[in-house]
Amino acid sequence: MRDVAIIGVGETKIGELWDRSLRELGIEAGLKAIQDAGVRGEDVERMYIGNMSAGKLIDQEHVAPLIADYAGLSHIPSTRIESGGASGGMALSEAYKAVASGMNDIVVVGGAEKMTDVGEDEAKKILSSTADQEWETVFGATFESLYAMMARYHMDKYGTTREQLAQVAVKNHSNAAKNPNAQFPRETNKDFVMKAPVVSDPLGMFDCAPLSDGGAAVVLCPVERVDEFEGEPVEIVSMGEGGDTMAVHEREEIGTLKATQRAAEMAYERAGLKPEEIDFAEVHDNFTITEIMAIEDLGFFEKGEGGKATEEGKTELNSEISINTSGGLKAKGRPVGAVGINQAIEAVHQLRGDAGQRQVEDAEYGLTHNMGGTGASAVVHIFGRWS
Amino acid sequence: MAIARFWREIKQRYKGIGVKCGNCGEIFFPPRDICPECRRESYKKMDEYELNGTGEVITYTRVEDPHPEFEDLCPYVMAIVEMDEGVRLTGHIVDVDYDDIEAGLEVEASMRKLGEDGPEGMIYYGYKFWPIDSRRGE
Repeated sequence: MRDVAIIGVGETKIGELWDRSLRELGIEAGLKAIQDAGVRGEDVERMYIGNMSAGKLIDQEHVAPLIADYAGLSHIPSTRIESGGASGGMALSEAYKAVASGMNDIVVVGGAEKMTDVGEDEAKKILSSTADQEWETVFGATFESLYAMMARYHMDKYGTTREQLAQVAVKNHSNAAKNPNAQFPRETNKDFVMKAPVVSDPLGMFDCAPLSDGGAAVVLCPVERVDEFEGEPVEIVSMGEGGDTMAVHEREEIGTLKATQRAAEMAYERAGLKPEEIDFAEVHDNFTITEIMAIEDLGFFEKGEGGKATEEGKTELNSEISINTSGGLKAKGRPVGAVGINQAIEAVHQLRGDAGQRQVEDAEYGLTHNMGGTGASAVVHIFGRWS
Repeated sequence: MAIARFWREIKQRYKGIGVKCGNCGEIFFPPRDICPECRRESYKKMDEYELNGTGEVITYTRVEDPHPEFEDLCPYVMAIVEMDEGVRLTGHIVDVDYDDIEAGLEVEASMRKLGEDGPEGMIYYGYKFWPIDSRRGE
């Protein structure tokens, strides 16, 4: 296995981008990443695209060759990777394997989702189809309700409070206010979050990530060749992937993200690192409760202590561990298939030291956590500052 | 949902029929073709097993932004219920005051209408749950 680096990154602004198509979003992100890397089109050997549901959202399957074609790279193989909300992170892990194995050298891995070409109800229904359609949603469960039941369970078992959930949203909005690419670059407060309309008790509108359009891309290169290109490298130190039951009700413990635990254990072991050595993490906060469970299951806090740690400010920018410095899915936005790549891009900015006002001081290692559906798939990457 | 896709699971959704692993004895619902523990040793040995229909609430929520097909019922209560046999199901809880629900509430399953494909389309049936206490008064 070879060591692998990211040498270029690019992303679009995230939001309700009515005037942009999926292919435009993919191309903008890809071209920015290639330019940042200092590679030429001829250098690119392979493409992977993370995308959850172009078939349903824009009635177009086979989107990877479409994006490659319009990027002027119709001659290279390109494949779409789908793993629900973890599509982007899983596309990155496939690309990482391709480069680490020696199969390919320069690989572009992108993620893109166009969610606003269908109505909001339709988009939510499509998102819900990442849960078990035959044994959860057919009985009336929404995506939000499944996470709400995890939240209720976590509150009953560990004493997590409504205020602690709200604090996740407040923190992530505060970080997004420092991120020009965020969908909601503005602060909010606990009172406002808690007074928002209920979606599925105890989760309100401000506990849920938005539906977004966006594209993101990174360029991978074997460490042995990084000197050939201008892009400032960041090393992918390790990767881990995990799985769990499809339906929430079949989980060993409803308040624990087992796939996340498994992915994290694998990533830490391969990296030879412990959770306390990680300086910052982008975690899959599709709901406020998910961030609380994730920071426990990634090993940053004891099980059941995630809410308390958040309330005590331990996850704020430049505190014990900076969580979701980008604003996270909650406030930077959720273009589903791109999310895993957006997270990797934030890690690169932090480790290059060019994250501006949201810079984590002396960041050496960063982690990204991307999750599919209600947690049946998860992928963790650990990134390291170039040395 | 396509008619055949729903029709295939009618037995399970109407009557709560799961399976029991012929190898280790573990009960599963919804049915699985192989036991996740015994895997190949259990193939073709998963026998039908009818759940007795009672269990207790593990966790719950009140849905105020509904699944589009359940808009008429909004707000409605969803729960994960652990059946006496140890398997867990996701379903509605009806005839209950939301404030009276807590983990441990004893419930009973019954077959009810879930939805329909418009006024002339197929009607979907499946299990929903009632608090056992509220049934005693009937």
